[in-house]
Amino acid sequence: MNRNYELMFIVRPDMVDEDLNKLISTLESSVTSAGGTTKTEVWGKRRLAYRVGRFNDGIFVLMLIDGVGAVVHELERRLRVTEPVIKFLTVRTDEELKRLDKIKKIRDSKKKASATPAATAASATPATAEAGTETPASAPV
Amino acid sequence: MAEETKAPTAHAGSSGGESRPERSGGDRPERSGPRGPRPGGGPGGPREGGRKYFRRKKVCKFCVEKIEAVNYKDVRLLAQFVAESGKITPRRLTGVCMPHQRRLSRAIKQARNIALLPFAGRAQ
Repeated sequence: MNRNYELMFIVRPDMVDEDLNKLISTLESSVTSAGGTTKTEVWGKRRLAYRVGRFNDGIFVLMLIDGVGAVVHELERRLRVTEPVIKFLTVRTDEELKRLDKIKKIRDSKKKASATPAATAASATPATAEAGTETPASAPV
Repeated sequence: MAEETKAPTAHAGSSGGESRPERSGGDRPERSGPRGPRPGGGPGGPREGGRKYFRRKKVCKFCVEKIEAVNYKDVRLLAQFVAESGKITPRRLTGVCMPHQRRLSRAIKQARNIALLPFAGRAQ
């Protein structure tokens, strides 16, 4: 059963781009070989909120993973043995995404419901013009 | 406005623990005109200084602004609900509703783990 995960990890700030790309590609290949898909965003160098080891900043990388749980297990093992990685965090997001989808759907349906009366009012221009003249007269009352 | 001037005197006049039920009973019906919603959800309660007594309607920022995704990556949003010491601001000060507070606190804890927010003290 495929699930969505977000894996964020921090590598030491003095890591060269080349090595970072190599690391990311190896991680990605380990996901794809297990039948998952990934999308990687490199946030770049950022200040850490607190010191980790002897580092005050690090390069943040975010991987969006779609795959089975074993994939995450393997990735975490790899990250643990990879020296330059100073921190990582995995969050399962499929339930949250489902929930957001549901809310969005409800909101969209509400928007449509509110949009349709406005559309009909716009198409019937004489009716709105009449209503426009009528409201100032009725306002004092 | 009448309520605002009246409330402190009532508070000062009735001393001791008995004042509590009396005050809440007396004030409730007068609270008809809705005061504007509390801007933002940042820390800092309604109490300012000494004995001033304000009753301001607190609303959940997430409900009002329809923010559904409370995510650990959104540091700017989470930082509004973290006190200067790094603590999560309690709900009674920010007015966040319980469902959102649960998500919020989870997100803050995740952000702490990945060094986006400090565990204690200010971010360096």
